[in-house]
This record gives sequence, structure tokens and C-alpha cells, in this order.
Amino acid sequence: MNSNFAVEFHDVVKTFPTPEGGTVNAVDHVTLEIKHGEFFSFLGPSGCGKTTSLRMMAGFEWPTHGEVIINQKEMGHTPPYLRPVNTVFQSYALFQHMTVFQNIAFGLEMEKVPKPEITRRVGEALEMVKLGGMGRRKPKQLSGGQQQRIALARALVKRPEVLLLDEPLGALDLKLRKEMQLELKALQEQVGITFIYVTHDQEEALTMSNRIAVMNKGKALQIGGAVEIYERPNCRFVADFIGETNFLAGTIKAMTRDRVTVFLNTLNQEITGIWQGDLSVGQTVVVSIRPEKVRLADDDDKEIKDLRGTENLLRGKVVTTAYIGSDTRVVLDLGSGLRMRAWEQNAISTLDPDAYYSAGDAVRIYIPMENTLVLPEDVS
Amino acid sequence: MTTVPINKTVKKFSLVRALRENRVAQGLFLIFPANLYLFLLIVLPLLLVTGLSFLSRGDYGQVLFIFNPANYARLFNALYGKIMLFSLAVGLGTTLLCLLIGYPMAYYLAHAPSRTRSLLLFLILLPFWTNFIIRIYAWMMILRSGGFLDSILQWAHLTTAPLGLLYSPTAVMIGMVYEFLPFMVLPLYTSLEKIENSLLEAGADLGAPPWKAFLRITLPLSVPGMIAGTILTFIPAMGMFVVSDLLGGAKTILIGNVIRNQFLTARDWPFGSAASMILMLLTMVFTLYYTRKAGFGEELLV
Amino acid sequence: MSEKKPALWLRIYTFFAYLFIYVPILVLIIFSFNSQKLNLHWQGFTLKWYDVMFHDQQILLATRNTLMIAFVSTLVATIIGTMAALAMQRYHFPFYNTSETLMYIPIVIPEVVMGISLLVFFVLIKFTLGLVTITLSHIAFNIPFVALVVRARLHGYDNAIDEAAMDLGANELTTFWRVTLPTIMPGVLSGAMLALTLSLDDYIITYFTAGPGSTTLPLRVYSMVRFVVTPEINALSTLWVLIVFVILVIGQVAQSRKA
Repeated sequence: MNSNFAVEFHDVVKTFPTPEGGTVNAVDHVTLEIKHGEFFSFLGPSGCGKTTSLRMMAGFEWPTHGEVIINQKEMGHTPPYLRPVNTVFQSYALFQHMTVFQNIAFGLEMEKVPKPEITRRVGEALEMVKLGGMGRRKPKQLSGGQQQRIALARALVKRPEVLLLDEPLGALDLKLRKEMQLELKALQEQVGITFIYVTHDQEEALTMSNRIAVMNKGKALQIGGAVEIYERPNCRFVADFIGETNFLAGTIKAMTRDRVTVFLNTLNQEITGIWQGDLSVGQTVVVSIRPEKVRLADDDDKEIKDLRGTENLLRGKVVTTAYIGSDTRVVLDLGSGLRMRAWEQNAISTLDPDAYYSAGDAVRIYIPMENTLVLPEDVS
Repeated sequence: MTTVPINKTVKKFSLVRALRENRVAQGLFLIFPANLYLFLLIVLPLLLVTGLSFLSRGDYGQVLFIFNPANYARLFNALYGKIMLFSLAVGLGTTLLCLLIGYPMAYYLAHAPSRTRSLLLFLILLPFWTNFIIRIYAWMMILRSGGFLDSILQWAHLTTAPLGLLYSPTAVMIGMVYEFLPFMVLPLYTSLEKIENSLLEAGADLGAPPWKAFLRITLPLSVPGMIAGTILTFIPAMGMFVVSDLLGGAKTILIGNVIRNQFLTARDWPFGSAASMILMLLTMVFTLYYTRKAGFGEELLV
Repeated sequence: MSEKKPALWLRIYTFFAYLFIYVPILVLIIFSFNSQKLNLHWQGFTLKWYDVMFHDQQILLATRNTLMIAFVSTLVATIIGTMAALAMQRYHFPFYNTSETLMYIPIVIPEVVMGISLLVFFVLIKFTLGLVTITLSHIAFNIPFVALVVRARLHGYDNAIDEAAMDLGANELTTFWRVTLPTIMPGVLSGAMLALTLSLDDYIITYFTAGPGSTTLPLRVYSMVRFVVTPEINALSTLWVLIVFVILVIGQVAQSRKA
């Protein structure tokens, strides 16, 4: 079996002792494969295990159990200086007592690359991150963004199989961060090596990655592309962590291969949708409905256009509205204390106040069945 | 594609490898020389002294292995008891005087404009870097009969006869305070400097007059500095025999002098050891009490 | 309310306080030029005491000894102390607390006690008192001070740079030599400076651990102050103060240049 992945985890566990005297699994039985040339991101809240996973790839932590395979060699207990991977650190970790040139040249010195070649490659690396000519400066003379690029150049100049990036854009301001996201993505496509990226910012992950691993409490909950993760989260946590969503609790009444009918307890009505995970009739579930995926209409008896007959219907009253410009965001009261958010795109430009909802309006909420996702109540 | 050189030596020496991989081993390796050295040259000697304090002195000044707790009792008799109390008084007095004299200085330093401040700090440190015996000698010159002080006072017609200040407890106190003033001023300064102006402004805003703001805000916040300064002053002051030797003459004897004499002239090592133990005890109790109260402050790291 | 300048009385007080500190030193310097041997009253200006001092064999010997002891003890204590600081600041190991306490003991015990205990120790193991015992003793009290200073400077150390070095291909030893050590060097030098000063200046501990033949500058100054009392001491003192002053000024200038 020729696996030919850049990095693989086989049932990796990392255990740490806790201050109270017990242990905790920072990484809890994670198995995954990262393809060559991929831009792969680990996404999750702080403490989820994403950084620990990255560090085990770099060699700064060794797995308590399981295998870490890099380029088809088991390297779980190999020291970092013997691995064909390089890291860009969150704090940049530039050597303050060396010049920019010496920083970048350091890795090549360790490989005993001859001097003229070092000079050439360092020059190329600086050009690649658009900082040519800064070789003589010291790190503290550079701005945060520039230091970040030097850290990048320092790692890339060694032409590693895999580049590991640990929240490298965290310290930059918003505008710079967005610029750098695009630059990093372009760079990765240009250089063609595997990038493994750690972030807690979902927008960042969705923008840059080919595939994302969503992690929580040491477990990799879902691995997939941006579309798959957003449209078909496989559990409540992922649905909640990525984007915004509404949750309604209920019990499964009936199931087919592609459809499931759920009885919503509080609203005392049924709703039909698609489903993910390990479900069976009678199980308590949670229904995830994204706010932009519903359609609102005034609750008068007028006919509604473009209904296909595969929509669920809920009724509610508008509590608050927020006009964002591109869309209007509405909070609805469904009764019995349940609330729901809905976003309607302001597709037609009009100044007519009747075209926009206001507090107190009664509305009908149409939710297509494909937009009604039924998930298990809890995964972890 | 680059080739990563495999370090062959890693596989050979397993001891080095154990050191490399095991962080605990690395830590122990680094602390070992210091621990060994300090154990041999600090702990062991102190234990020897402790043991020595319970032994007896032979006729020719040698040490006899006879258990003799009387050394300790002797320390509390009329003669030595007085000396101990006197040492305590000198120690406390020095500390107190340094605190009183040094606090306004430190306060000024903490609030002086920054250029003046660095100059003044430099000036306070400068004498500290010179040898302290030299500085005591300077006071000898000033305080002795017919010396500098007497000359000035007589020239100004303030006195007619020499004051005879040298070789008295007063001279010793002057010397001690002179000696330890920087040790008190610097931690105080560090502590006071950390107090943000905004706190005093808040106090004023809430209606406190300056003297009250000082008592209720500044003073309590400068306590860590006071504690650090006290530790740096009291402990050395208790063991200081040089100052009393040079400025105090035969009349002023401190516990440090007793210890020195027992070890060098009187050759009663067991008794000297006992005196040392008492001195150690006093300083340890003091240190423990204070550091427990306020924690080991960074003010000590000036 | 902007930063108020401190009150006038405070300024005057501080001025007199500094006067109190510096008048003795000034008197010392002035009287080093006094031609009267007894140094009681000012007689006339002369440089002859400086000449005497430079030819004083005892002083020259004492200076040489002091410098040798200071150099050796600083070197050894800096190495051991830096290692200890690294251990305490970055590693966990059994008996950590004991090691830490052990490190602080020499700082909190009175110098007299340390001096006599070393004397007892050397006599017991029948080690002849001399320059070697002085040096060994100096190392003992220098180690904690070096460790303390280096440890304080290690506080902001970003461990990531060590990881970065290893990530780029440097093994543990190379990382220490090329990255860790250069980064902590300012702190190490600070500690070394402190150790040097403490050793140069030390009287009490040296007093107890010196043999009959060995003398250091502080010991010599002490006996001169006790028994010789000519302006030669003033000359020596003045020179000492001057050298220290020059070194400190150089140090300040060098520091402000770096920043």
C-alpha cells in the first residue's frame, strides 16, 4: 500500500500531567493523513490540541502513544533537528543577536552548505518574502509584519518537505493579517510544498486551506474542505464553531436514508431535514439551521412565490432587527421562550420602510429541508 | 530536495543521548556543580560549626571532644548578654536610622526628573563600589581628636575642645549608617519608583490632602522596598565587626567582634561557634519572618 | 495634575544627604596630598605619598594577589552560577526547592559566620590556608550572586528561539552555544561584574581564610589603617576611587551607546 502522504498521524495520543496531580490527553487518539502540496489547517479553540499536534510534527513533543509519520518514515521520537520539517513560530523566535541575513543563513549553516551558495539562497529567500536588501538589519529594527516574513524566509530557505505554521498572523493588525493571508496562500501555491497551519480564527482557516481539521478537547472532530465543514458539520460543536447557526432540540420520529423527521419538543411540531452521524429513531438530537439559509415572509395569507414544497414552516415574531447594509439580521421569537436568528439578503435596493421588518411583525419562516441539518446531541 | 545529515554520534553514546532527551537529567546536570560546591563549602562547614559549638576548649586552645552546652549559657551571662543586646540595638538602630534618613532620599530620587535621576543613582552607587575600609578610614580621619570635624568646628568657634568622637558608640553608629545607607536607599527607590502617579492623582481626586495620600497610599506601597532594605541592612549590620573595630575602640564590642576574637586571639573555638550560631539564629528568624510576611521581593535584585 | 517636582525641603535635604556621603571621600582625596606625615593638619601640597605607595612592595604584592583571586573566582563562579541559573529557571527536577534554598543560604548568613565556618572547615581537612583557600571561599559566595543576577535576566527568555534553532538543524549543544548563550550573555556579564566586585572588595571572609603569608588589598588596607596611618593610605584610597570612577563611567557610556 503506497500511502504517499506528507504527514500521517496513526492513533496519536499526547498525555500531560495536570497541576492537580492527574493527567489530561491534550491529543486524544487522533488519526489523519495530510497530502503532499496541501494547505492543511488545524482549527479549534485554545486548548483543543491543535498546537500540541503541530509540535509533535515538529519534534518538540513526542507522542505518548501512536505514530507520527513524516514522508513515510516513523519520526515520533526523532529530535527536531533530524526532521525534514521547519516551523514558523507564533512569536517569530528570531535570533536577536544575529542580523537578518545570519538568521536566515542559520539553517543552511547547520546543513554545512558552502558559503557562496548560502549567500545566494538567502538573497533568494529575502526576495521571495519581498524584503530584499534587509540582510544587514537586526530583527528589532523591523516591524512585526517584516519580522514575520523573516521567520517565514528562515524556514523556507531550507526547502523543507513540510512547513509548519503556528498561528503566525496572531500578532498582526487586521488589515495586515488579511494581506498576509493572501500572500501566504499565494506563496504556498508558488513553492508547492505542504503547509500545515494552526489557527483559532475560522475565517482564516476557511480562506486559506484546502482542508481543515476541526479540533476540540484533543479530538479531531471533522476533517474536510471548507464547503464540507460549513455545509455538512458532523456534530454540534463543529456546527457551532464554524459560522453561526441556530439550534433546536428534538426527538427523531422517523428516518430514511436521506431524510429524517424530528419532533421539536418545545414548539410542538415536526420538522424534516437531512442528517449526519450515528442516529436512530427515538434519539434526542439537535437541529442546526444557519441564519442565512432561511426565507422570511409576512404572516398574512398571501401566496409565496418560488416555494418548492420541500420547506419546513415555522412561525414567529420579530424581536429586533439590524440593518447591516448587505443583509438584514433579524432575531425572531418562536414562542415558548425559543429564539432564532435569520439573515435576509437585501437583494433589492429600496427605501420603502415596508420592505424591511420591524419589531413586532409576525413572520413565516421557510426552511428548505436541505438546509435543516439534524445532528447528534453530543459527540465528545 | 535537501538531505538532512544524520548525526551518527547520537546512536553511539547512550549517556549523552539520555542527557539530550531527558529534561530532568539536563536540569540535574546543570545544577549539580553548584549544589556540590555549596554543599561542601557552605553546608558542611556550617554543620561543623554547629557541632563545634557543643564542644570544649582545652588548655592550649585545642578542641576537646567533650560535650559542653555551657558555651551557650555563657553567651547569656552578664558580660556577653550585654554585648548581644548591644549588637541587637546597633543592628536595629542602624536599620532604623538608615530607614529614616534614606526614605526621603529615595522619595526624591523616585520623583526627580529622569536626567537628574540617573546622575543621582550613579552618585549613590559610586562610593559603594569603592572599598568600605577606605570609607571607614575617612571617618576615622574626620572624627578623631583634632581631626577634620574638630578643626572645622573650632574654626567656626562652635566648640573649644576636641569632641573625642572617635572610639565611641556614636562613631560606630555614624560609620554603620554611612556604610549601609545605599543598601536601604536603592530598594526603597525601586519600590517607590514603581508606584504610579495615577494612584496619587486618584487619591487627590477623592479628596485626600498630600500628607494623607502619603500615609495611606505611598507608604504602604513602599513596604516591599522597606522590607528588602531592612534585610539588606540588618543582617550584615549584626555581623559587622570591622566598623566597631576601627571606630569603636575597646569600648564598643559587638557580637561580630566576640566571634572574631574567639577564633583568632582567645582561641576558644567552641565558644566562638556558639556565638556564631546565636547570630545565625537571630538573622534567620528575622529573614524568615519578614520574607514570609511579604515574599522574597525583586527589590533585592537591584 | 502633571508630575509635580518634589518639594523644596526634599531637594535641600537630599543635597545635604549627598554631601554627607561625599564629604568623607573628598577629605580623603584632599589629604592624600598632605605633606604632614601624621595627617592631622594640613601642612602643604605634595605628591610624595603616591610615590611611596607605588614602591610599596606589600601593596604591589597585595594588588597582584587580589587581581588573581578575583579573576579566577569570577571565572569559576560565573560558569557554575550560570549553569545553576539555567537549571532553576528552565527545568524541573527532584529536590528543586532544596537546591534553591541552598543557593540562597550564602546570601542570608552573616559574613562573619561564613568566614569562621570556612576556617574551621579548612583546618579540619588540614588544607593549608593561603591564596587557594581564599579563592575557594570567594567562589563559594560568588556562585549565588551570579545565579541570582542571571536568573533575573532569564525571566523574559523566549524558549521558542531554542526550539527554532533545533528546528533549523542545530542539536542541543550547538543550540546552547550559538543561540542560548549569546542571548543571555548580557546577564552573564552582569553577574560576572558583580562577582568581580564582591571578590575585589571582600574583607571579612578573606580575613578568616587567608594564611599568614597571603595578603590581599583589602587586608593590607585594613592593617595600614590600623597601624601605619600615613597619607600613603589616602593616596591608595584616592587611586582606588579614581579607578572605580573611571570604570563606572566607561560602563555607563558603553551601556548608553548600546541602547
